[in-house]
Amino acid sequence: MARMKFLCDADRCIECNACVTACKNEHEVPWGINRRRVVTLNDGKPGERSVSMACMHCTDAPCAAVCPVNCFYTTADAVVLHSKDLCIGCGYCFYACPFGAPQYPKVSNFGSRGKMDKCTFCAGGPEADGSKEEYEKYGANRLAEGKLPLCAEMCSTKSLLAGDGEVIAQIYKERVSRRGYGSGAWGWQTAYHETIAT
Amino acid sequence: MARLFTRVRLIAGALALAVVLAFAAAATSPASAQQVNPTASSVKEQQLLGQLKSIQGRGTIPDTKSYVLEHPAGRDWREFRMVWLQWIGALSILGMLAVLILFYLWRGRIPIEEGRSGRKVIRFTGFERFVHWLTATAFVILGITGLNITFGRGIILPWLGADSFSAWSEWAKYAHNYLSFAFTIGVVLMFLMWIGQNFPTAADVEWLKRGGGMFTKKHGGHPPAWKFNAGQKLLYWLVVLGGIAMMITGYMLMFPFYGGMTVGSMELAEVFHGIVGVLFVAMILGHIYIGTAGMEGAFEAMGEGTVDVNWAKEHHPLWVDEAIAEQQSPKGPGLVTSTPAE
Repeated sequence: MARMKFLCDADRCIECNACVTACKNEHEVPWGINRRRVVTLNDGKPGERSVSMACMHCTDAPCAAVCPVNCFYTTADAVVLHSKDLCIGCGYCFYACPFGAPQYPKVSNFGSRGKMDKCTFCAGGPEADGSKEEYEKYGANRLAEGKLPLCAEMCSTKSLLAGDGEVIAQIYKERVSRRGYGSGAWGWQTAYHETIAT
Repeated sequence: MARLFTRVRLIAGALALAVVLAFAAAATSPASAQQVNPTASSVKEQQLLGQLKSIQGRGTIPDTKSYVLEHPAGRDWREFRMVWLQWIGALSILGMLAVLILFYLWRGRIPIEEGRSGRKVIRFTGFERFVHWLTATAFVILGITGLNITFGRGIILPWLGADSFSAWSEWAKYAHNYLSFAFTIGVVLMFLMWIGQNFPTAADVEWLKRGGGMFTKKHGGHPPAWKFNAGQKLLYWLVVLGGIAMMITGYMLMFPFYGGMTVGSMELAEVFHGIVGVLFVAMILGHIYIGTAGMEGAFEAMGEGTVDVNWAKEHHPLWVDEAIAEQQSPKGPGLVTSTPAE
């Protein structure tokens, strides 16, 4: 089994937000919730870079560690998923997450949170693969169909890579050695406790 | 002459060409060596993480809090929640229970030394008791549902099962959120109605010096006190201050991102809420003990609102005469006498 990871090549990201739009469309994500977003650093200054960020499907995921009801699980592909049936919307995974991935629909007054929603690496949830219930709660399950996450698949500059960590790290390394520069795999040190030597 | 001129011109032309070619070669070869490196000036993740607690940028979606790209400080909060808070909570609460059990085994139930007189004096009015029990009921539920968030996964989840535990925890979350308002009202009312009797006096110094008479078994060991002794005053101020701390941090967690709050400030709020919460529970366990099992004649003060005159004389001698006089005055309700025990 593969160890699935995301890698955003910040030297290629042109901040077109197609990944954000693709994700919202593919999973019919409701208003106010963004499973993926693009953040621009040093905006308008020399050295500006944009990074597309979503759940990184961490090794030893902090969200899973702090969840009071233990609603998270890790698939055989190392994708971090959760059960919306068990989630109580306490917000603790958001405090622990280094990437701001967990999102909550606002369901009532007093700012109380509904069931958490986050990037599933296009791998659905605990329901049967491709079922209607799974789609309604978590969106499409592309992994079960042998496809990779749509955000990366339709990235116009192939900046965002998704797939087996070994493979995408190799692609990135070859890129960096061919073009002679690379600003590194953003978030990898935090998420996977490793980085790509280039 | 003309031929010589032509030759010179040829040589000069060849030289010029050579120079131009040489320059061209010189110009092209360093160009490949000096290829522009766009990352030389670009932002670096490790550098940013070294400088800042979190990496913040600009985005194009309305959700401005999502412009924080990375916030590794969440790991410190995880360490607090999964290690520190568990230890602080377990030690303070189990420690308090152990102390109370040992104290009970050594001291037993603190008796009314002179026995009951059969005459009663009003200690708390109906309104005072209502406020106390409003706060107390809210506190017990808040305490249990709060501890569930920290300890439930380890203790209750294994035997309740994932689905039932989740259902209970969701209700617990709602109870915790909504009862916070009852608790807030209760603490504010207690603060206002008892503040007059809770300023420190000279008697409190003496009371504290003698440990409230709790650690001596000899008769007449209770140091004198007004309506509230120093221990009760301490409890009052800790409940007021702890209650305010719980309210502020609790509402910060209940209203996420209001008023420019960041993830960092909410993490900090949770740290305070957790630590103050478990210490609060431990303290109230002591309060419950001494108000029920630990002392004869104490519970009825909050239960029925009256206490036996002998109990009042032993524990609050500076207050009792005043209270009796007030009750026997023309405006007072008169002294209540209970039917003497046969």
